[in-house]
Amino acid sequence: MTSGTPVPDDTSVADTATTAATVVLGEQDVARALTRIAHEILERNKGGDDLVVLGIPTRGVPLAHRLAARLAAVEPGLVAEDLVGSLDVTMYRDDLAQHPTRSIGATSVPARGIDGKVVVLVDDVLYSGRTIRAALDALNDLGRPRAVQLAALVDRGHRELPIRADFVGKNLPTSTAERVRVLLAETDGRTEVVIESGAGAGAGGPR
Amino acid sequence: MRHLLSTADLDRAAAIRVLDTAAQMAATQGRQIKKLPTLRGRTVVNLFFEDSTRTRISFETAAKRLSADVINFSAKGSSVSKGESLKDTALTLQAMGADAIVIRHQASGAPHTLAHAGWTEAAVVNAGDGMHQHPTQALLDAFTIRRHLTGSATNPDGVGNDLAGLHVAVVGDVLHSRVARSNVDLLHTLGARVTLVAPPTLLPVGVGPWPAAVSYRLDDVLAQGPDAVMMLRVQRERMSTAGGGFFPSPLEYTRLYGLDARRLATLPDHSIVLHPGPMNRGLEISADAADSPRAVIVEQVANGVAVRMAVLYLLLSGDGDTAAAPATGAVPALTSTPASTTAGATA
Repeated sequence: MTSGTPVPDDTSVADTATTAATVVLGEQDVARALTRIAHEILERNKGGDDLVVLGIPTRGVPLAHRLAARLAAVEPGLVAEDLVGSLDVTMYRDDLAQHPTRSIGATSVPARGIDGKVVVLVDDVLYSGRTIRAALDALNDLGRPRAVQLAALVDRGHRELPIRADFVGKNLPTSTAERVRVLLAETDGRTEVVIESGAGAGAGGPR
Repeated sequence: MRHLLSTADLDRAAAIRVLDTAAQMAATQGRQIKKLPTLRGRTVVNLFFEDSTRTRISFETAAKRLSADVINFSAKGSSVSKGESLKDTALTLQAMGADAIVIRHQASGAPHTLAHAGWTEAAVVNAGDGMHQHPTQALLDAFTIRRHLTGSATNPDGVGNDLAGLHVAVVGDVLHSRVARSNVDLLHTLGARVTLVAPPTLLPVGVGPWPAAVSYRLDDVLAQGPDAVMMLRVQRERMSTAGGGFFPSPLEYTRLYGLDARRLATLPDHSIVLHPGPMNRGLEISADAADSPRAVIVEQVANGVAVRMAVLYLLLSGDGDTAAAPATGAVPALTSTPASTTAGATA
């Protein structure tokens, strides 16, 4: 147990199976994207010194763990457990008053802290950019990283803030009526990325 | 969650949700920067008709750590001492735009009236009413118990756990204690077994149907090896003379119901000792017991801030649409719908 992520019941998976959904990334695609991102991170930062990988709950946390495992596998001397943490942004969101009360996730930072480090934020879907804005505020209260970079498994466009990802698994042009869901083995029992049409998606708010 | 008036309104899921949220709030309080922007622009009024130090400071700290604006209102030195009614005070606060009212009142039921009479739109938090309820105190006690007795190396706060299988002894002045009433309800909801220990004169009439066992003998209960012992303050201000006729003398009370070094030594190694404060050292608890390593009394105060942050967050952060909440599985409504209650009262 490192993420504190609740394991959803089987019904959530069953629900997605019945709605009209297009699978855009399978398990192997997700694995390849993460491996490429790991190499890109090491290339950009000229190695893995000072790296801290922080996942944003819920789906960002298992992604961050997968990414840290790949970084450790590629770069000698890195230990995945010392790199990875989670950063909950709930209390920094700007839309708290527009939605029903959200549960607060866990924040855990590697023991060596984030001061002077290069923090790589990891999220599943990059959409409006508001989650990342909240994450930057949350980081601000935890310390002063030397640099902050952003890795997203899916970039679906429709940005509302001047934010872009440094590392993207796949760019998915979408309409705002569609809903992009990232399913991960750790939380959903299987790994894939699906696009659901607006009609069947229901209450899928911006992420 | 619209109001927090009584722990009896909390079901198991809602109680665990408050405690889990409190655990995340407590984690933020170990940081160098403790302030969160979550409730920026919201106004919390502390409306205290009764003296209180730690509860008021705790609520004030909690609200400020969440960036809410705090207005402290105590009955002394306010228009209440000129005879203003609760209704007019509430209307005044509503006109000033209070988002939440934390109320302590000497009359049981005052928070319920404030919440349901239609005087104010604000969320109402009961911070102690008469001899009725003190829900945030019970929540912080449950949080402290859960952390110490169900926490593990990987899950130090016991997030997600209830208190099933634990035995809690609540010792002392149950009659005057709103803390005891709130704790009996909440601990029972969370699956713990509660034993009330008090002289017969300090037990309320009608204690029979409470979901708790009752004993008159502290030593017998301690021999059962309770996991947590909660000592209650002897509320001398609610008694006329030294013992007020409730017990023959303070010394006799201490002999029979006080937690001293000898009784402390009979407890199992994992047992913890709680006290809601302020303590009467030498009456219900000896200095040995109060300062022993198994006393978690100071930690209770720290946890109180985290629990009150969680309560304010859960009451104030959402869109206030309680009708939508159950559909998304967000927050179970804590009270019966205010509209129907009000309609029933006026009909």
